[in-house]
Amino acid sequence: MKERSHNHPMRSLLYIPGNHPGMLQNCAIYGSDAVIFDLEDAISISEKDSARKLVKHALKGFDYGNIGVIVRVNGRDTSYFEADLEEIVPANPDAIRLPKVDSAEDVLAADELISRLEEANGLPRGRIGIQAMLETARAIVNVNSIAAASPRLVGLTLGGQDLAADLGIRATKEGYELLYAKSAVVIAAKAHGLQAFDTVFTDVNDAEGLREQAAVGFALGFSGKAAIHPSQIPVINAVYTPEPNEVAKAAKIVAAAKEAERRGLGVTAVDGRMVDAPVVTQALRTLELARLAGMEVPEL
Amino acid sequence: MNYTCIRNSLGRLVPQQIPGTGTLVPFSGAYARLDGSYEWMPSPFLHRVPSISTNKIAPDLCTAIERSGLQNGMTISFHHHLRNGDEVVGLVLAELEKMGFRGLTLAPSSLGDSHDCVADAIKKGVVTRLNTSGVRGEVGKAISNGLLESPAIIRSHGGRARAIEEGSLKIDVAFLGAPACDRLGNMTGVTGKTACGALGYAMVDARHARHAIAITDNLVDYPLSPKISVPQYLIDQVVVVDSIGDPSQIATGATRITRDPLQLYIAELAFKAIRASGCLKNDCSFQTGGGGPSLAVARYVRDYMKENSIQGSYCIGGITGYMADMLKEGLFRTLFDVQSFDAAVTNSIATNPNHVEADVSWYANPFNKGCLVNDLDVVVLAALDVDVDFNVDVLTGHDGILRGASGGHSDTAAGAKLALITIPLMRNGVPSIRERVQTVVTPGETVDVIVTERGIAVNPRREDLRARLRDAGLPVKDIRRLKAEIEHITGIPDEVAFADEIVGIVEYRDGTIIDAIRKIKG
Repeated sequence: MKERSHNHPMRSLLYIPGNHPGMLQNCAIYGSDAVIFDLEDAISISEKDSARKLVKHALKGFDYGNIGVIVRVNGRDTSYFEADLEEIVPANPDAIRLPKVDSAEDVLAADELISRLEEANGLPRGRIGIQAMLETARAIVNVNSIAAASPRLVGLTLGGQDLAADLGIRATKEGYELLYAKSAVVIAAKAHGLQAFDTVFTDVNDAEGLREQAAVGFALGFSGKAAIHPSQIPVINAVYTPEPNEVAKAAKIVAAAKEAERRGLGVTAVDGRMVDAPVVTQALRTLELARLAGMEVPEL
Repeated sequence: MNYTCIRNSLGRLVPQQIPGTGTLVPFSGAYARLDGSYEWMPSPFLHRVPSISTNKIAPDLCTAIERSGLQNGMTISFHHHLRNGDEVVGLVLAELEKMGFRGLTLAPSSLGDSHDCVADAIKKGVVTRLNTSGVRGEVGKAISNGLLESPAIIRSHGGRARAIEEGSLKIDVAFLGAPACDRLGNMTGVTGKTACGALGYAMVDARHARHAIAITDNLVDYPLSPKISVPQYLIDQVVVVDSIGDPSQIATGATRITRDPLQLYIAELAFKAIRASGCLKNDCSFQTGGGGPSLAVARYVRDYMKENSIQGSYCIGGITGYMADMLKEGLFRTLFDVQSFDAAVTNSIATNPNHVEADVSWYANPFNKGCLVNDLDVVVLAALDVDVDFNVDVLTGHDGILRGASGGHSDTAAGAKLALITIPLMRNGVPSIRERVQTVVTPGETVDVIVTERGIAVNPRREDLRARLRDAGLPVKDIRRLKAEIEHITGIPDEVAFADEIVGIVEYRDGTIIDAIRKIKG
């Protein structure tokens, strides 16, 4: 079993329908930082049971290397919720993506059930993370209490389509109508040390539209974005990959900060500009993204 | 029947002699006869000089066959330009059966999905021997079950041209479907409702058959224009029939680039390998197949050439509308077209002087004084299976039954500086990298790179290439590691059980025997 934080950074997360054996076995090759096996919206009611079994066996049988493996289960309001967790938790995914989270209570209920199942199956308690999907106006109102609900929570994300439907608005390509909701999710996530994942871009033939939307998400502070087709992955990864000169500068900042710390200084300067804690935090994030992109990052 | 066999240089047991076929030479290396010392003599062939007052138009097919002098036991040929829409083979075999012919050798340039009728002709004894590049469906089953009197001979396109020109394959009567033809036998494939594009295979058959019959559903005023692909002086008779093919299956429209993410991923990796090889530069020559994944490679190549203002020298092979567009865009100076794969091509051949219709000997006969494939820089090929020695099987399915085509695979691989195979590591749960392929069509010494979704294997003979690909950051892996990775998922399938009986031989392009195909057990 791989030893890795369930909250490691992920730029791109590829949705894979849980009832598709071919995609379950090949999904790791496309360069996403994580895959999300879907048991929810991509699966029709008649396929729920078979998809759940297929995903369980995929988790147990295939080696997905060092990418994150996440399963989106059905919402707590459905009759599949418990069965999904009962089958999937013993297969030990990195995280459960929990849809239709409206309140902290939804997170806690999932947390409790996962804990029970971890214990029953001899798994280390708390290793499996939860990514909460906020898909209603009520969820956005409750975003802070949701973000604070459980130490098992590792990320927040929006369900853009569902949220638009709940708000009674039409989702546009640019997605500006969700600006407030996106910002609210990002800020709540950052406030609680969680990752924030941008919603999907649904037109798989529009790479430029995807790039623009991903760039806005990156600018807002999202840490990654879900993809619904392998062709979207390089576009998303590129948006979340820093330029080489940014990486060089970040490395310089981190090195200077370490040196300052060694010498007992709180603040230092790089290229004539002050370097304090927030600047160092930014620089560390840049280096983290560079490492994910496979760029050369000096050991610091 | 069992024959005395010998191991060739690949360790394959191949027959040394087949009654009626003659003495066979075992394969001893892809370039064994191409070192400059081998001598080759094309064979003269006999034909009857027609009377000066001959009317070439025969009243019907039966009369044409009678006039051709065809006898039991003789060899008849067809081209496969009409692809899966071909009706000529079925039409002629039905007529031959009606006329009581038996024991014929059928020697088409290839057979496809529309040729299950050949299996019937084999079962009825009309056809007892078969020479072809490829087989599908019922014909493959008939061969693999040992229904032919003598082993089928599988040749590459270049190998068939060589065999015809040297007389080891003597065609008595060629039945050549003609989408447009005039009363004196000038033929083309670029016009008519059954237009199929180039007639590169038909050109060689017409030139070397003792007797050639054009079969057309589109008799045009003399002289045929705007293009003559096979000239009148090679054609003995013209037969007009209602239909030579189903247009919807001949020209299926522009071939589309695959949307399958796995194939696209492999195609992109293949392109990156080609780019890293350094072959993609001004004056380069290129061949890719017409299938969706090959076309996807072409798309990446096209974008790269445009971005970097590269103009290539020529493209060859089965030509698609996509390649015709690249010609129009000036990315290549010339297209040599032996066989066209889609409808978008016919107009280009007819109107663009740089879209050259080339006969299959020019394309790939290794023994003429310089075929097109020998100067290729890059060829992108597919495969059914490959093995750890880089040998390629494009003939046998996982059940051991023949279901593929040799085509130009071994010709282009031998000629190209970079021969690249794209292959998904598993199909229907069965791994594609084997310890030993069932049937070697293309020997590993001519294959440089195998591109899969989980990494790229480079032939150990090409250490230079391996270094280039590694330096470019590409996922180069040992072929055994790729094999192990996929077998971790699939397991190792049981071997198919074969009897000892030889039901087919695979002739390498130089005429030596590279492998034998055995009868399926049970």
